[in-house]
Amino acid sequence: MRGNHLRKTLLTALLLAPATLWMVVFLVLPFVAIAVFSVGERAPEGGYQAAFTLAQYANLPARATAFWNTMVLAPAGALACLLVAYPVAYYLALRAPERWRLILLALVVIPFWTSLLMRTYAWMYVLGGRGIPALLAYVGIEDIRLINTPGAVLLGIVYGYLPLMILPIYVSLERLDRRLLEASADLGATPVATFLGVTLRLSLPGVMTGFSLVMILLLGEYLIPTLLGGGKVFFIGNALVDLFLQSRNWPFGSAIAITLVLVSVVVLIAANRISTRLSGARRVDLI
Amino acid sequence: MSKSYRDGLPISPDKFVDQLMRLKRGSIGRREFLGLTGLGIATAVMARELGIMPTPAFAQESLGDRMSIATWPNYHDPATFENFKAETGVAVEVNVFGSNEEMLAKLQAGASGWSLFVPTNYTISTYKKLGIIEALDMAKLPNFDGSQEDPRFTSEGTIDAVTYAVPKNWGTTGFAVNTKKLAKPMTSWKEFWDTAMAEGGGRAMVHDYQLTTIGNALKYFGFSFNSLKPDELAKAEELLLKVKPYLFAVSSDYQPSMRAGDAWMTMCWTNDGAQLHRDIPEIAYMLGKEGGEIWTDFYAIPKDAPNKPAGYALLNYLMNPKVAVKEHLANGAPSTDARVNALLPKEVLDNPILYPAADLLKPLEFGAAATLTDPGRAELMARFKSA
Repeated sequence: MRGNHLRKTLLTALLLAPATLWMVVFLVLPFVAIAVFSVGERAPEGGYQAAFTLAQYANLPARATAFWNTMVLAPAGALACLLVAYPVAYYLALRAPERWRLILLALVVIPFWTSLLMRTYAWMYVLGGRGIPALLAYVGIEDIRLINTPGAVLLGIVYGYLPLMILPIYVSLERLDRRLLEASADLGATPVATFLGVTLRLSLPGVMTGFSLVMILLLGEYLIPTLLGGGKVFFIGNALVDLFLQSRNWPFGSAIAITLVLVSVVVLIAANRISTRLSGARRVDLI
Repeated sequence: MSKSYRDGLPISPDKFVDQLMRLKRGSIGRREFLGLTGLGIATAVMARELGIMPTPAFAQESLGDRMSIATWPNYHDPATFENFKAETGVAVEVNVFGSNEEMLAKLQAGASGWSLFVPTNYTISTYKKLGIIEALDMAKLPNFDGSQEDPRFTSEGTIDAVTYAVPKNWGTTGFAVNTKKLAKPMTSWKEFWDTAMAEGGGRAMVHDYQLTTIGNALKYFGFSFNSLKPDELAKAEELLLKVKPYLFAVSSDYQPSMRAGDAWMTMCWTNDGAQLHRDIPEIAYMLGKEGGEIWTDFYAIPKDAPNKPAGYALLNYLMNPKVAVKEHLANGAPSTDARVNALLPKEVLDNPILYPAADLLKPLEFGAAATLTDPGRAELMARFKSA
């Protein structure tokens, strides 16, 4: 009995070892390094110089605009994604013919096989002067500028993160017990009331999962605003890139990175709480 | 001059078979005759031994089969690296950067993996102070001839009589304008910034680079390009914040937008200006009459270079005037080497984009090391970008 138990424990430890090692080496250690950097000082030529000071954290307001832009972009982008994704997921789960469903789902996922950078570059050409504006010029509409506008950034975000929103919503809708919809109708509810009271409500865990997934990724986004926004809109991700790669102020960059991680954790916890409350007693795991 | 970069490359299989069949039929040309009889090679060897063509200095050391170089966008003739590979077997991986800060950051972080890189004049003293670049062993660079270099452009590569970097080319930072869209001629930075807020609204680009963007905003008021004075920087910041909403983009990769017609005016480096004007004649390159930046890009070798022999070999190869002249024709920046200038066609030497008039060159300033590392300017740039 005892030997058996010991063997089980050993096996568990062995199976968990690669993941644990991975987390320690690539997540915990870098995080510790960044925490140490964040209380240091910038060396005169840039980089890091050992010290113990909270000056970097005191300086956080210097990037207040970047934090603010991010706090607006992340939920707004996630919301835009949601508005596009929900009807798609709804159609896939409840309306699409059975035999088409798998193909349609595959079509949603296939763009993920190409890197986000490549797909965003493609948009640069579609929206750039030789893309849609050139076509418009053919029909006499001259000098239309699409690239480097807030609209282009929003489009890039929705396009880039759509599958991450569709899939969790699809899963929660697909599990929906159809008999509940019939019951609702039998009891005299209009289709709209059924949708709001039953379908939407029961799919909320999926909505919250998708929403927080997209939102957390957007908190660190810097590629899309740079490529489709012309670098004019400055998010916290852009601030980080500049601090590490341009002004080489590692301590300040580290302090911002730590703050960003903390903010992400708070967002996650809040989203988890909200979704638990909305969907009654059911607990939802976001990760 | 060769039209395609493929000229001078090793023969392709198709061409080889083609020629073989022709020879079988008994037809032979002059070049083939020289090649087949070895007379061509004999002449080449004689020329080399007599000093007409500089000798490559590799072959003593093992060069490995790959190396990596860090450089700027659109900065080399792709054939250079293909030819180097054909001659030495070393494949060159090219990493492209947007700013000197970024290069410095990568080298400071360590393990960049580069065996050669292309820093700009004002960074070299910082690299030396940080002890991250190699004091060059000039014996390994027989193709470099210091006496042929113009000292105005090359002095910053040598510190306390030790050479840390040898020049690639020099250039200026001005602005490019699509004259079809913006017909009003502009000759000053004041006009550049004012136009960006008027006719050029929504169509103007500035560099994502504090040195030039802040420097040229300082020029609006006639201050030094390198100013670190708080009151002068405050005025530049005021201007930048005022212009920001009118800009098309803050980016150092302006060629695609200018070519596509999305952007009509941009801050611009000589070589990009020359390339844009060559392909799209209505794009003009201008220097601000108040001044601005003049610069030299150098080649240097990091201390932790993983393949120093190949780094030296490629550097020596690039210092061969015959190779360098193709680089200049491809990237459009003026050379610092009199031997290269002697080989450049007249129309290049007469091109005012590459070789501006003396009165336009006079007020230009070289960037300063202090400007590069100043935290105040870095913060100003962050405020500008986040506004």
